[in-house]
Order: sequence, then structure tokens, then C-alpha cells
Amino acid sequence: MKNRVVITGLGVVAPNGVGLSAFTNALKSGISGITFHQHLKDKGFSCCIGGIPSISEEKKSEYLTPLQLRGFNSTSILYGCIAAIDAWKDAGFSVDENSDLDYDSGLIFGTGTSGIEKFREAIYKIDDQKVRRLGSTSVLQTMASGISAYLGGILGFGNQVTTNSSACSTGTEALLLGFERIKNGKAKRMLVGSSSDSSLYTWGGFDAMRVMSYKHNESPEKGSRPMSETAAGFVPGSGAGALILESLESALERKATIYAEVLGGNINSGGQRNGGTLTAPNAAAVQKCITNAMLDAKISSNEIDVINGHLTATSKDAFEIENWTKALQRKGVDFPYINSLKSMVGHCLAASGAIESVASVLQIKEQFVFPNINCEDLNPEISALISTDKIPTKMIQKDIHILAKASFGFGDVNACVIFKKYN
Amino acid sequence: MTKKEIISKLTTIVKPYIQNEEGFKNISENTDFINDLEINSANLVDIVLDVEDEFNIEIDNDSMEKMLSVKAVVGIIQEKQSA
Repeated sequence: MKNRVVITGLGVVAPNGVGLSAFTNALKSGISGITFHQHLKDKGFSCCIGGIPSISEEKKSEYLTPLQLRGFNSTSILYGCIAAIDAWKDAGFSVDENSDLDYDSGLIFGTGTSGIEKFREAIYKIDDQKVRRLGSTSVLQTMASGISAYLGGILGFGNQVTTNSSACSTGTEALLLGFERIKNGKAKRMLVGSSSDSSLYTWGGFDAMRVMSYKHNESPEKGSRPMSETAAGFVPGSGAGALILESLESALERKATIYAEVLGGNINSGGQRNGGTLTAPNAAAVQKCITNAMLDAKISSNEIDVINGHLTATSKDAFEIENWTKALQRKGVDFPYINSLKSMVGHCLAASGAIESVASVLQIKEQFVFPNINCEDLNPEISALISTDKIPTKMIQKDIHILAKASFGFGDVNACVIFKKYN
Repeated sequence: MTKKEIISKLTTIVKPYIQNEEGFKNISENTDFINDLEINSANLVDIVLDVEDEFNIEIDNDSMEKMLSVKAVVGIIQEKQSA
């Protein structure tokens, strides 16, 4: 007998809202978190806009001790800790450094690179022959699993504590890995999510690849334009999202608030074959990921009410929509509603899957479809495939029973999860 | 610099790292960093760096290994300062 898995807590640090209530409000109102950043311009970036969450020093000290903050220089770990601790508390648990070790709870928290700014510090010191001046903080803040190491100790988890990394599908992959673990009875609760730092050293490589938009430096809020005819590349974002997954049995026993159920999902790869490359997806594999997710969730495609897409605002958007229409065998007016959070927060890279999953679950819990901003000029290649009114540009109230969320990443990797309203 | 002055400065340095308040309140020459103050052993290297900055000295690897108590640190600081 496999366990049913539900979501009992959420936490989010997004460019357009830190904390659940601010983020929910931003989602419903279509508030952009994209701003101009002088330091990007000063370093010669073509794209000088991005999404950076606003975190005060005071807020930092609510989550990390003075000792943890000594020599601290990793926004990825910071955002991850805030989102995860918020999610854990939201699920009805407390954070206590003297709590009993909890063997039933674990965490899978992904990231792309842990603390690239900290890594830079270390490189400068080492090149200056000052390796001993690195102190004790360098390793923990630069190792990929830094975020899970911090959280494992803060929360006292005794089940699996690890970090996954699969480019822009990281967060959705983390969710599905945690889901499998609970489904198979290996854990009662899994904190899952991902984070990505706000660093020009993380963003620089994408700027060099010319995949970021350089056309909206004067109008940052208009810069991230998924599905728009004038989409000109993605806008970099950063932050973290966290979800508490729990067996239905455990959630009912605790009388926990249940946001939604995770029905199933699929993770696969296109193997960089048949059109797939390091940076482009193999269409057949994308479609198979979606159809296998539906099979795993035991639903048919016509049960899907809403899709939260990957949709980064590059030339690949129409290609993604085409893959959805083929996988679902639905098009035109028959296609589900679809939206992209990236229109408001940019592409939060390794964090995107987790932040977008939080946004997806909030839509189910509160029964609304958030607006696609900057999509007033829909790409004609997309309107040729699906009806324009399936891409709402204003928030709509809607009975959502089933929502599909997918993320795709460099390396030709795919992840798709199916969420259901709990009742 | 007198021993008392050194201990006073050292007390300020170790404060962020201690996990035993009671041991910290009673800090003296005989205080052991790990047993009495419950300082995480990984942080001992940070204390060494802070001591170097505060006293403007450089501490070699051999001396570093001995820096487990207030007494040992005071001895090493006095030795380096008189060198």
C-alpha cells in the first residue's frame, strides 16, 4: 500500500514578495519584482535588470544566529533557510535547537551553486597566498549541499538530508524525489524546495550566452515577457521556495492544514538526442515526461484545469506550448488555462521550480489563476495553437481540481508534477 | 600587555562562538574552549584568525594546535609579542 502525499506547509522568498501573504498578494495583483541593477550595468552586462528579493538585516537575524551570520556570504543559503523555516512553521511545527532528533522527517533542497560570492572570496584569498584566512566558513557555504547542511541542523532532521541539482528543473525534481520517499514509506515528512543566489557571477554566463533580455533596461517591469511576441530572452531572478510534503495519514493525525495533494509526476531526460542538446529540449522526451506524469497520477489529460508552465520568455515558449498540446492532445479552446510566474519574478533558475510550485499550490488552495503580465501581444505562433483566452492577463477565479506544473533544464532534463485540490 | 588585558580581549573574541553561557560567565585562565565553553571545534580556526587580527601577530601551525584553552592562548600571545 503506497502512501498518499499532501502538502501541509509553504514558504517563499521571491523577488515580488517575501513570505506567503506578500507573495500571494503579488501573484493575484500581477506585481513585478523585476528592477534595474546598477551593479550589472557597471560590470558591462547587456541585461541590467533582474529579480532580487528584499531581505533586511533584521530579517536575517530572525532566521540565523549571530554566529551563523559571521562571515556569511551566500544569498542562496539565506533564501533557502528563510523559505524552509517559514514552511516548517507554516506546517505547524516549531524550530528549537534543542528539539529531539526527528527520524521521520528529512529534506531534499536543491540549488545550482551554493555560495558563488563566498567562493569568489576564497579564490581571492588563495591566490593571495592566504589560504589559512579562509577560516571555517568557506567549505560550508560553498559546498553544493551547504543549504541542506544548514537546514538539517536548524530543524534537527534524522531522515535523508540532501541537495539535488538539475539546472532549472531542480526545484520540481526535489519535490518529486521527496514525494517518492513518502509514497514508499521511507519518511513521514519531507521538506522539499530549492534556492538560487542573487549574484552577477551566477548570471554572467547567461548574459554571455545572449539568452537574457537586453531590451528592457529602461523598463524593467516590462522585461520578462513569456509567450509574448516581443519576448527577447529571460530576465534573471533569484530566491527560494519550500514545501512540506507529508503522508496523508500523518497530516490527518496532526489535523494539519492541507494545501493540496501531490498525485504523481515524472522526471526524465531527452538524452540530448533527437533535437535535444545541452541547452535545447528533445520534444519527444518533454511530451513523454508529461504523459508519464499523468499516468503516474492516474488522471486523463482532460482533467487538467490549469498548467503552470516553464515558459522562460525565450524563442522556446511556442515550442513548449506545442509540446503541451501534443502531450495532452488538447488545443484551441479545449486547452487548459496556462500561466508563467516568470512574467513577474523572472527566471529564478535553480529556484524556479520550487517558487513556481508554491505559486501553483496557492492557486489550488485559493482557487484562482494568476495573471500573465507582459503578454498583451501574444506570440502568433502560440495563438495558432491555443485559444488566447487560455492565457489570462488578469487574475481569474476558477475552480481548480487538477494543476500540472513542469520545469525543464539545461542538460535536456525534464520534471512534471500533478497537484490536486484536497477534499 | 598584561595577562588580564589579554584575557579581557580574548573574552570578547570568543563570545560569538560559545555555546555554554555558564562556562562563559566564569571564564578564567583555566577555561577549556571545547569542554567548558562548548565551542564547535571547527570554530577554533576562526578564533585563531580573530586573535591574529586583534593582537597583530601570526600564529604558526604548531602553536595553533595548542590553542585549546585560555591559558595556552595567553602563553602563545605573550610569546609572539615578546619575540
